[in-house]
Amino acid sequence: MSQFAINLLFVGASFALYIGIAIWARAGSTKDFYVAGGGVHPITNGMATAADWMSAASFISMAGLLASGGYANSTFLMGWTGGYVILAMLLAPYLRKFGKFTVPDFIGDRFYSNTARLVAIVCLIVASVTYVIGQMTGAGVAFSRFLEVSNTWGIWLAALIVFLYAVFGGMKGITYTQVAQYVVLIIAYTIPAVFIAFQLTGNPIPMFGMFSTHTESGIPLLAKLDDVVSALGFRDYTADVDNKLNMVLFTLSLMVGTAGLPHVIIRFFTVPKVADARWSAGWALVFIALLYLTAPAVGSMARLNLATTVYPEMAGQVENYEEAVQNPILYEERPDWVRTWEETGLISFNDLNNDGRIQMYNDAVDYSERGWEGNELTVNNDILVLANPEIANLPGWVIGLIAAGGIAAALSTAAGLLLAISSAISHDLIKTMINPKISEKGEMLAARISMGGAILLATYLGLNPPGFAAQTVALAFGIAGASLFPALMMGIFSKRMNSPGAVAGMLAGLISTLLYIFTYLGWFFIPDTNTLANTPDNWIFGISPLSFGAVGAMINFAVAFAVSRVTAAPPQEIQDLVESVRYPKGAGMAVDH
Amino acid sequence: MADDKTNAAEYWKANVRLIFGCLAVWAFVSYGCAILFRPLLAGIPVGGTDLGFWFAQQGSILTFIVLIFFYAWKMNKLDQKFGLGE
Repeated sequence: MSQFAINLLFVGASFALYIGIAIWARAGSTKDFYVAGGGVHPITNGMATAADWMSAASFISMAGLLASGGYANSTFLMGWTGGYVILAMLLAPYLRKFGKFTVPDFIGDRFYSNTARLVAIVCLIVASVTYVIGQMTGAGVAFSRFLEVSNTWGIWLAALIVFLYAVFGGMKGITYTQVAQYVVLIIAYTIPAVFIAFQLTGNPIPMFGMFSTHTESGIPLLAKLDDVVSALGFRDYTADVDNKLNMVLFTLSLMVGTAGLPHVIIRFFTVPKVADARWSAGWALVFIALLYLTAPAVGSMARLNLATTVYPEMAGQVENYEEAVQNPILYEERPDWVRTWEETGLISFNDLNNDGRIQMYNDAVDYSERGWEGNELTVNNDILVLANPEIANLPGWVIGLIAAGGIAAALSTAAGLLLAISSAISHDLIKTMINPKISEKGEMLAARISMGGAILLATYLGLNPPGFAAQTVALAFGIAGASLFPALMMGIFSKRMNSPGAVAGMLAGLISTLLYIFTYLGWFFIPDTNTLANTPDNWIFGISPLSFGAVGAMINFAVAFAVSRVTAAPPQEIQDLVESVRYPKGAGMAVDH
Repeated sequence: MADDKTNAAEYWKANVRLIFGCLAVWAFVSYGCAILFRPLLAGIPVGGTDLGFWFAQQGSILTFIVLIFFYAWKMNKLDQKFGLGE
């Protein structure tokens, strides 16, 4: 059976499974559509949250970024897991006690103002759409490779499938399908990692293998990797970073963004009790950590495998790296996986020095004395996880499995986000603010239309994304962290925080963050409209656009605090409301409207 | 009613104290060990690299999990102690 057929078989079988579950658990009422009837066990909910959470960015893109950035990109690992700690302690239990469906619900009621609700809706939509752009980028990579079409076709196909899928069922369909997706994606991620860790180090557990001895060279794997990449002019894989401020802020942005992203928070409305919201966050992190602890091993081993594929003489014990880099493979003898990925346009070769060999190195360093005239192999970071089993010569079914996993990751998150967007529009905007008399049918129709609109916009922007999947997603976190997280947190922890303060804070956080991002990455992410080049020299205090969310959040806190002190305190019933969300006692099911 | 209020205020205070403690550990392992103090931990080798690198890619994540379960467990006890559980 050809690889193409195997991929189709795996992807098709996993789809049949999800659709089967979605039909079995089809949403009946609007309440089922949004929160799965409020009766999901913490472990089930944790697993579904993990699937919701681990998107194309985590599955497809993150290991690639770790591979290219090494230690410096540990920010993604810490940021996307550490956020759960603040979520579990600062938000989830109280929002569960509050007992409404959506994030704008909380902000609108807590700040007793439809202006606050509207600003929250805008923040939510901007963050979620940015996030979906990242998903479409990642899903496009997966679809283009496994269906053997161009990247553009891959993105449009992914858009169609995500749309059908999210429209099918609401939260309930999604909760149980997401449990299935978690199982598929975690198996798909870990199996190749186990094979590769065993091949390279003899230790089948990736998180230990990464710190073990590299069998072929007899030195520790990470030390070997440092030697190999520095021979090609790159920074050491484990090298420390100089700009610690940016690294701290980037990690913080991802953490507060995790706690501020509506599609994750919404998950904690679905557990039966307040205590379960705390446990759910813990279980979610356990299931997420299974992938996140494996990802650094996948990244480092893929980087080593890629380099030794191109430069076979670097694989074993090397006396002199200067000699070992002399004979990279001939382009004519390139492995099959390079050929297949070339068709997607995500790997390209350009024989600059016309020697028929592939020179892959950091061409910021001048290696003309080696006869090299520039880097000749361009490899898109986002393909690394998907190509990993092929690079390591693993059997065909492993490749099929990873195809199914990558697509599951992108689908589950995109669906969760579309749900958050559609509920913000149909429930918070239309039903609560514009037309309270809208019928259930009308509300569902509005939800589906807004899903369609969101996905079209995200797909269009996904064709020319502002970065690799994980970087685009990081921007979404910055936006959510700078706008929604501070408002939610102050709504719970400060009785004195009032409506003008929260509104001014959210606007200041959102606008400052967007301005900073658009200045470097293009206005509304439209390519080539950026005001300043996106290089470290141009960044204010060396803070990258990806890291600015943390600064935006600080601006939000400061503005909100200042404005609330010079305006009237919130009315007594609001202060009582804040009091009541602080204690689990008396939490019912999520309140119907 | 007055008793209820003091009781509730005590509970909230205990909760906030616990959160501060947990977040101190949270910040120490991630921003501390993994980023800012990495140069100080450079002398402690872990499989081909140093302890700071291990904290950045493994240790901090493991600590986060322990922290959340610890917090959930402690809060359950607080809920019972103050009679504010469900």
